[in-house]
Amino acid sequence: MVLRGPNGAGKTTLLRVLAGLIPPQSGKVELRGIALENRDDYQDQITFAGHLDAIKPQLTVAENLRFWADLFDSKTFDQTLQEFRLSEIADRQAHTCSAGQKRRLGLARIAVTARPIWLLDEPTVSLDTETTAQFATLVDRHCAKGGMALIATHIDLALANATELRLEPLSAKARASLPESDPFLTGDWV
Amino acid sequence: MRALLIRELRLALRSGGGAGLGLAFFLIVVILVPFGVGPDSKILAKIAPGTLWIGALLACLLSLDRLFQADSEDGTLDILALSPLPLELLVAVKAFAHWLTTGLPLVIAAPVLAITLSLPGEVYFWLIASLAAGTPALSFIGAAGAAITVGVRRGGLLLSLLVLPLYIPTLIFGAKTATLAAEGGDPMPGLMLVLGLSLFTLALTPFAAAAALRSHLG
Repeated sequence: MVLRGPNGAGKTTLLRVLAGLIPPQSGKVELRGIALENRDDYQDQITFAGHLDAIKPQLTVAENLRFWADLFDSKTFDQTLQEFRLSEIADRQAHTCSAGQKRRLGLARIAVTARPIWLLDEPTVSLDTETTAQFATLVDRHCAKGGMALIATHIDLALANATELRLEPLSAKARASLPESDPFLTGDWV
Repeated sequence: MRALLIRELRLALRSGGGAGLGLAFFLIVVILVPFGVGPDSKILAKIAPGTLWIGALLACLLSLDRLFQADSEDGTLDILALSPLPLELLVAVKAFAHWLTTGLPLVIAAPVLAITLSLPGEVYFWLIASLAAGTPALSFIGAAGAAITVGVRRGGLLLSLLVLPLYIPTLIFGAKTATLAAEGGDPMPGLMLVLGLSLFTLALTPFAAAAALRSHLG
């Protein structure tokens, strides 16, 4: 599923809510029958990639990926390293890598964690066209195997069987008519 | 869990890590004291336990503010929150790694530095024992403080204000243990209290820190 919308529409916020990183203001979140309140089981289905790649610049590329592979108890470390063409830069310190290489390493983490639901926020930023196409095939393959991916993006990934969800930003008027939720402003705190 | 511990140690030892910083600060403070106080070995021996303990405490504080902030800035914290490790265990592992890279070197360096403060020979054991028992408490209390201030830019000052009052019991009993040994009293109750404080914080602060991190993420 592809998530679209202008800047500030709430794509990132929606992804973070779905990842269980922000509590929803109202409504209910449920994935495959597991509610968000059941935090551990819920989050065990998810892998999340935000704007930041979660890379430690002092570690080498391989050390960065190896850490995530070990933490998520994954067996596909070597395979992923090759798939994302990271083998040749495996021994480089991550701070010497280009933005595109870092992004590739960040995306390799998604593959290595091997979870059914991918929540990706602008995954193709600073990737070249070839890698972008490769990444799209990877997402297709993941979905074909029964996985799910929710991707916020501005470019056309040319994914097979993708549904599109469009978010529009709230107008200032609609925002003002929202019920005030801050307990300090509504006086609920006394 | 082991992967996280190894990564933390690696990061601390690589350039830009905090491992050397605390130790260097400790060395500087303790070496400067005789110059400031004067060479009278009686006075130096009297203030040695307190000086070493204050030095260790401040050195510990120095590297704390980066404990979660670095992970929060580069997005690692989000991913760690989604990992199979419970957040409480994650905090405990990080605090333990902080102790291994900051507290433990101080415990090892303290007896060497105690020579420059002409600490009497029979007190060494009690000094090392009290530091070894007390510095884990410093790391774990500090981890809770670091988790609370993780979203604050330049949160080091706020962190110090939050954490220092909580450090005071450890400081009092830790320094008193070594002082009592020097004065010929029984240092055992002091050491037990320090050890108790450490175990108490070990059990409690991971939960406090994890709750703070959750509210920061949310």
